[in-house]
Amino acid sequence: MHYAILCYDREDIVESWTPEQDAAVIAKLDVVTDRLAREGRLGPVARLMPTTTATTVRKGKETLILDGPFAETKEQLLGFFIVECASLEQAIATAKDLGAASSTNGSYEIRPLRLLRPEAPRP
Amino acid sequence: MSTLAWIDVALRGARPQAMGALLRHFRELDLAEEAFQEACLRALKSWPRNGPPRDTVAWLVLVGRNAALDGVRRRNRERELPGEEALSDLSDAEGPLAEQLDEADYRDDLLRLLFMCCHPELPATQQIALALRVVCGLTVPEIARAFLVTDVAMEQRITRAKKLVAAERIPFEMPSAPERAERLSAVAAVLYLLFNEGYSATGGSAHVRVPLCDEAIRLARLLLRLFPGEPEMLGLTGLMLLQHSRSKARLDAQGAIVLLEDQDRGLWDRDRVAEALALLDKALRHGSPGPYQVQAAIAALHARAPRFEDTDWAEIEQLYAALERLQPSPVVSLNRAVAVAKLRGPAAALAMLDALAKDLAGYFYFFGVRGALLTDLGRPDEAREAFDRALAIAKSPAEAAHIRLQIDRLTRK
Repeated sequence: MHYAILCYDREDIVESWTPEQDAAVIAKLDVVTDRLAREGRLGPVARLMPTTTATTVRKGKETLILDGPFAETKEQLLGFFIVECASLEQAIATAKDLGAASSTNGSYEIRPLRLLRPEAPRP
Repeated sequence: MSTLAWIDVALRGARPQAMGALLRHFRELDLAEEAFQEACLRALKSWPRNGPPRDTVAWLVLVGRNAALDGVRRRNRERELPGEEALSDLSDAEGPLAEQLDEADYRDDLLRLLFMCCHPELPATQQIALALRVVCGLTVPEIARAFLVTDVAMEQRITRAKKLVAAERIPFEMPSAPERAERLSAVAAVLYLLFNEGYSATGGSAHVRVPLCDEAIRLARLLLRLFPGEPEMLGLTGLMLLQHSRSKARLDAQGAIVLLEDQDRGLWDRDRVAEALALLDKALRHGSPGPYQVQAAIAALHARAPRFEDTDWAEIEQLYAALERLQPSPVVSLNRAVAVAKLRGPAAALAMLDALAKDLAGYFYFFGVRGALLTDLGRPDEAREAFDRALAIAKSPAEAAHIRLQIDRLTRK
């Protein structure tokens, strides 16, 4: 089963990291994702650009284009990992590994996912 | 990240918004700062034990307000309020406050706090120093280092600035739409000043003072989150990101200036460029051009050119012409002349410079450009004269070194 591990944190705080702190966090996460890749379990990993770059398209009779993210929340969706896991237990263990490596705050939301177009090549 | 490092970062990140809310509550800068200080001390005690609160800003505002109340009650010999340990189960204590502090309040609070620093009687450098101290929470020695003055001198400057600001009555009601727009544009100007102070380092030896640029970008992003559809805020944030993307390429290993045409474009920060281009795309959709958007569009054309030879000078010249109409200034005309030199040769550009000579008699880059054009035209004596003038008004050793290099090249020819 594929799982999306969605990363939520306060964007204003993550943006206050110094470049060194930021690089250190990414380097520690790389250790975990390298291992997942060796195990053949790692799918796409992405960091979303800041919510300031977001545009929301409200669907409806007339679509509405809005500047900004879909929802105003205290914590924002900042990125995600797609990981192959045998069970929810393994997905939780993987999220724990990622959390322990980054040693930052915020939350991971684990969402099992169904691929609608599994044959589609990656961009 | 260690617990202390995390708390430090969280306090820095929360400071602008928490200070803005505390200022609205206390209506006095000193009291708001004291309350924030006290809240930070309590956070350092409470967060390692109880874990971080979900909403750091709301926690700091609530605890800061209580701490100040505490002081009043102590003075009145009354019973103290429960400690913040009781508040650490934040799902209960924070809820109502977090609702009161919705984004609408935050945005006017932060805008008010920043606007206060833009007091028209304060010289620009003091506006920036005050913003760095009050809004960003940099220490006095940190700010003094950035401006290359002594701690004592900077302390005095900030104290004076605070007194001046305190005497001013800033309305605490919700601003009207035109007031809000006016505040936002004054604040944008100060953010750009702050960025440029870091970027060009007047009087300093370090040519690029990165922390100032980073702070300016952080505040711009914060404002942009609160005003997501403001084309000029999108443009300004994009502009700063684009300029900053070149910071690693602007100086060589010896600290000498590297001109745009000689920069190693592989050193440009592609993440910053990509973010800036995304912001600029959003801005252009509004169809409401302004000076920051046009400048960002010019910077974007440089960022998009894989090599200097690929630069779209025709488009850049047109954008500078548009900027001349939006915001006429001799510096803009000088930049347009540079584009003209690339398009139609040095003679056409030099003719444009003659019209600017009076206005730009004290402007370093004017003489740098003039010298370079005269060099290209094979008029070394006049070029030398221009470079000498540039050397006399260079504001940093890096600027002076760059001109000396041009002079060396002249004599070697």
